[in-house]
Amino acid sequence: MAQAATDTIEEMEARPSPSPLRLALRRLLRKKLAVAAILAIVIFYGAGIFAPLVAPYSYRQQNLDRDLEGPSLDHALGTDRLGRDMLSRVIWSARTTVIVTAATVLTGGIVLSVGLGLLSGYLGGKMDTLIMRVGDVFFALPGLPMLILINATMRPRVVEAARWVEDHTGIEGIVSSGAPDYFLIFGALSLFAWVGGARVIRSQVLALRETEYVQAARAMGAGAWRIVISHLLPNVSNIVIVGVSASLGAIAGSEIALTWFGVGIQPPTPSFGALIFDASNPRVINAHPHLLLVPGVAVGVLIFAFNLLGDALNDVLTPRAR
Amino acid sequence: MQGILTYTLRRLLWAPLILLAVTFIAFSITRYGPGDPISVISGQFRDPEAFERVRAEKGLDKPVVQQYGIYLKNVFLEGDLGESISIYRGVPVWEIIWPRLLVSVQMGLIALIIAFALGIPVGIYAALRQGTWVDPFSISTFLLFQSIPALVAVPFLVLIFALKLDWLPVGGWDGPTVELAGQKIALGILSKSIVIPALALSLPAVAGIARLTRATTLAVLGEDYVRAARAKGLSEFTVVSRHVARNALLPLVTVIGLSLVTLLEGAFFTETILGIPGIGRLAFQAVTSRDYDVILALVLMLGVAFILANILIDIAYTFIDPRIRYERREAT
Repeated sequence: MAQAATDTIEEMEARPSPSPLRLALRRLLRKKLAVAAILAIVIFYGAGIFAPLVAPYSYRQQNLDRDLEGPSLDHALGTDRLGRDMLSRVIWSARTTVIVTAATVLTGGIVLSVGLGLLSGYLGGKMDTLIMRVGDVFFALPGLPMLILINATMRPRVVEAARWVEDHTGIEGIVSSGAPDYFLIFGALSLFAWVGGARVIRSQVLALRETEYVQAARAMGAGAWRIVISHLLPNVSNIVIVGVSASLGAIAGSEIALTWFGVGIQPPTPSFGALIFDASNPRVINAHPHLLLVPGVAVGVLIFAFNLLGDALNDVLTPRAR
Repeated sequence: MQGILTYTLRRLLWAPLILLAVTFIAFSITRYGPGDPISVISGQFRDPEAFERVRAEKGLDKPVVQQYGIYLKNVFLEGDLGESISIYRGVPVWEIIWPRLLVSVQMGLIALIIAFALGIPVGIYAALRQGTWVDPFSISTFLLFQSIPALVAVPFLVLIFALKLDWLPVGGWDGPTVELAGQKIALGILSKSIVIPALALSLPAVAGIARLTRATTLAVLGEDYVRAARAKGLSEFTVVSRHVARNALLPLVTVIGLSLVTLLEGAFFTETILGIPGIGRLAFQAVTSRDYDVILALVLMLGVAFILANILIDIAYTFIDPRIRYERREAT
């Protein structure tokens, strides 16, 4: 600020004005809650990505002499009924959450919703009707029961397919790494995740299509592809960022819910859903509340951080709400 | 007005087509996957001959396309949703669903009332204190409740209120029963068993309502008529309750539908964990025991509810904001 005061007007004019995205980022970093949320998310994702390095023990290392302990110097968050270190299990579960949220956001939240929204809004006509009606169908299907159904019934098929790939390509360990489970979950989640985003993007594109700069580009002979990529896409990026950040919490929650119902990530791959399920029996929770408290707090903090960040981004990027 | 009528009509004409696609997807997923209700009831030591006989009795030996045709004919022409195979052998699906629906509706209604009763004052209060720490703090507090999954919240509520304090039952659904068309419906709403599900379902919904109320209140606070009311020397309470709240609350009608969806998802876990005989738990049972007709009926019912709710929301918008018109937009 002190430096800005000493700048002459010419200097200020000579400096290129910061891009809207940079301005938004600056506004975001001024919000304390948002910074705290980003910090929490970075820690969570860092722990998940570097789980093999960060976790003090393996998630499957048992020690039956020391089961169901509270926090101690050896085990910062205590141990479960098989004497496995809770901190390590939470860190490895975070890895599962990281994989599922990242994959779902990439496929359903960005590729499908942006692609179909742009296509639908820009091309219009039959394509628009087709995409929006398919969207209506997915919107009318009850999300959670359908996800459970898809995961419960399709798992053997996906595992079969993964085995086939293993046999025919010589790549090993696809099935044992739990990859089919991840694929099934993010595939099913993306199938339902795109509709909301695609609708919003479509309506934005409908308005943008009539703006003067798009018409000017068209008059200069720009092709549909060029208009979509360099004129429409940058102008819907705000909506995409807000939409994705708002859906992250729900995606993380859905994976946990599916695993809780026994149709998500299968043991021994650790997941918060399994940790919570193991701990929520009334008898277990009465005697060892830390088994639920530890994963519960981790999940609660993550989703809370996602929600706070989503709110802050919405404030910063949506002009109306500012 | 005519715009809305044709618009609604067009939407209603689309509805059966959407429902058709919904049933088709649900039907193919259930039939395509492994396991079927007959295997579930016949168990591990099945008699192959009896197995085939029951399959034929239920019409499950026919080609899937033919089964789908029969199902559609029964549902859309005769209003027959079929019967349960593996949960309650041979009981018509509708007789299983409606008593459970009444249980879930009791919870949903109470939760909705609590959520709005908390969310509206919090939202208005936050808007009036805009710029102070109270504003973000009050909304964030309820955002925290929204962030705790029901899977975690419900066991903790049970731990605190049932196991440690011993004030409430651990689970289940009591209350005085009424007889309706030969079925006993427990009015859990009048007993202690409502408390935990009502808390678990309503608290997560407060944040959304409060946030919307805050936004609409802020918009109204800047209006000239509010300034005029203040200039007249009306007390702050009168200004807020008469002039601000009235106009700020109208748009909330539209979130009732969305809140119901959140409630429904929450009910799934809450009912399963607490052992409450509602449709959330029924859906879980139906999926795990592959009870085809029950699954399809639930999907169909929820689909109808979603579509109707969305149409009603759109109509409500036109009454709230007369500037919105649903004329046929030419998409060229």
